[in-house]
Amino acid sequence: MTAEHAVLPAEGTRSHTWDAAGPPVIELDGVTKTYRTGTLEVDALRGVSLTIDEGEYVAVMGPSGSGKSTLMHILGCLDVPSGGVYRLAGEDVSTLDETRLAEIRNQRIGFVFQQFNLLPTLTAWRNVELPLVYAGVERHERRERALAALDRVGLSDRVEHRPGELSGGQQQRVATARALVTDPALILADEPTGNLDSSSAADVLGLIDELHRAGRTIVLITHEPDVAAAAQRTERIRDGRIVPVTDPGTGGHR
Amino acid sequence: MNTVETFRTGLEAVRAHRLRSGLTVLGITIGIAAVILTVGLGEGAQQQVAAQISSLGANLLIVTPGSSTSTAGIRGGFGSASTLTVADATALASPTVAPDIAAVAPTVSRSETLTAGTANWTTTVVGTNPSWLSVRARTVSEGRFLTQADLTQHAAVCVLAPTTAQELFGGRDPVGQTVDVAAVPLTVVGVLTPVGASGSSNQDDQAVVPLTTAATRIFGGANRDAVNQILLEATSTQTLSAAYQEANDELLALHGITAPASADFSIESQQSLISTATSVDRTLTVLLAGIAGISLLVGGIGVMNIMLVSVTERVREIGLRKALGATPRVIRRQFLVEASVLGLVGGVLGVGLGLVGAVALPHLVHDPIAISGAATAGSIAVAIAIGVVFGVYPASRAAHLAPIDALRSE
Repeated sequence: MTAEHAVLPAEGTRSHTWDAAGPPVIELDGVTKTYRTGTLEVDALRGVSLTIDEGEYVAVMGPSGSGKSTLMHILGCLDVPSGGVYRLAGEDVSTLDETRLAEIRNQRIGFVFQQFNLLPTLTAWRNVELPLVYAGVERHERRERALAALDRVGLSDRVEHRPGELSGGQQQRVATARALVTDPALILADEPTGNLDSSSAADVLGLIDELHRAGRTIVLITHEPDVAAAAQRTERIRDGRIVPVTDPGTGGHR
Repeated sequence: MNTVETFRTGLEAVRAHRLRSGLTVLGITIGIAAVILTVGLGEGAQQQVAAQISSLGANLLIVTPGSSTSTAGIRGGFGSASTLTVADATALASPTVAPDIAAVAPTVSRSETLTAGTANWTTTVVGTNPSWLSVRARTVSEGRFLTQADLTQHAAVCVLAPTTAQELFGGRDPVGQTVDVAAVPLTVVGVLTPVGASGSSNQDDQAVVPLTTAATRIFGGANRDAVNQILLEATSTQTLSAAYQEANDELLALHGITAPASADFSIESQQSLISTATSVDRTLTVLLAGIAGISLLVGGIGVMNIMLVSVTERVREIGLRKALGATPRVIRRQFLVEASVLGLVGGVLGVGLGLVGAVALPHLVHDPIAISGAATAGSIAVAIAIGVVFGVYPASRAAHLAPIDALRSE
């Protein structure tokens, strides 16, 4: 696990452009997802094909119920597709076992959730160090890296605070620090500004933008056009399908 | 994630949910303390009864005469016949006839009124020989016991049991004083050490005199060779049944009886008394243990509920930990540590409480409590098993949920 971590390019050396030399970070081919609740079947995704290259900043936009959250869960290996192929860095995810998937989530992906998902009993830095605990990083180094990540999101003075003692914006910044502490290649943000006031939202988006400029691939899920505007590219999703972009800003399709 | 980290995470979770952990531990503690105390009470009673019975005389066999039938055809009960004689006792005392019998004490007894000065007291007067002291497992606290010389000289002496001495002489020293029994003045030569009442006969209220003195000078009567009982002491507990056999065979031969069924005597051992009494107490112990077991079970169900709720309300946490890279194995181990720690702490506290209770309770209820190692170890094992089964099973199920299903749950 730690050996793989070392293979990741060091901070700053990561390519700022997305050249086509390596395999795409994300490659979806006809991915479907069907939820079964009792006798009722709900098709959340009806064949999504999408390619995202290394270093891209892609916003996925769609109204609620369009399947955008389901898409992000599949991208983050939190859920498995019902059909189609999902290749993460060239590797077919359906061939991987639960332990390997846990390892991928731990090493390669950083999550930022709408509901922050911090553990209320742990202080800010203990929340941030969690992924490093599962990566098997030694205690002393974990604390150092967690403090550095909190410093990066501007919360060095809140490291011993529990989530309940922090504002929404601060909590989301702790969650962002947790997403970047393992130095993952891919950051998935699911409506990261959904529960925040506009100034906190701007803070968090600024952070994400900064991470992108440092070379990370970003996938941002949102339903707000002005949030999507921060991305280089916007994909629209409606009724479980990617729809062509006609006129950005109107949110229309076809 | 290594073992140290797993332990740290598990312990932190226990500490983070103090109230819930406390309640879980409390349930286990009370259950285990209850098991230890109730089983202890039962076993204590069992040991006490066994000790009391064996204090009547270790390795003791009691030979009593059979029933008598009068010329009018009236049958007396066991012991009414005077078929046992001093000669029988003498024969049984022979090491060649009965090598497994260590000592023989023939006894005659009758209720008599004792008078000392103005005080009088009615009690059992026992006529016997010097072997009585060891056969009955008694000791003398003051003065001396009867001697062979007393026996051969029909000496006018007696040894008083402590209660008798107290009733007749109050606080005064009885040794050297004179007691009148049936108008025969006897000199008190010793006082027995108290052993406590047992069964129907009070071993601390009697007067012991030489067998010869009793037969010829006190009780009199036509058949002065007859004895009421012959007490036999086997050489050891192991030889008790051999001693029984030898006594039985010898007495049958001496009395010229060929069919054992028509024996005119019966031999009883304390062992049979002990086993009867302890089996009664064992029933009591089983009953108490059953009640304690139910209390442990009820405690266990409480623990089960708390653990189930605990895991259910932490499914989101499990989902998050999985999203951050925890494998199902790591999740399971975290909950295993949590559950085991709760079970172990509850178990240790329960044993502690049980031990404190075992020391404190006898002062209040005057019942001895014996700590049973098996019950203690068993109840701790049950406590840990309760925690592990009811804590790890739901956690294990949650650990295998897709992370997003766990994250989404409310």
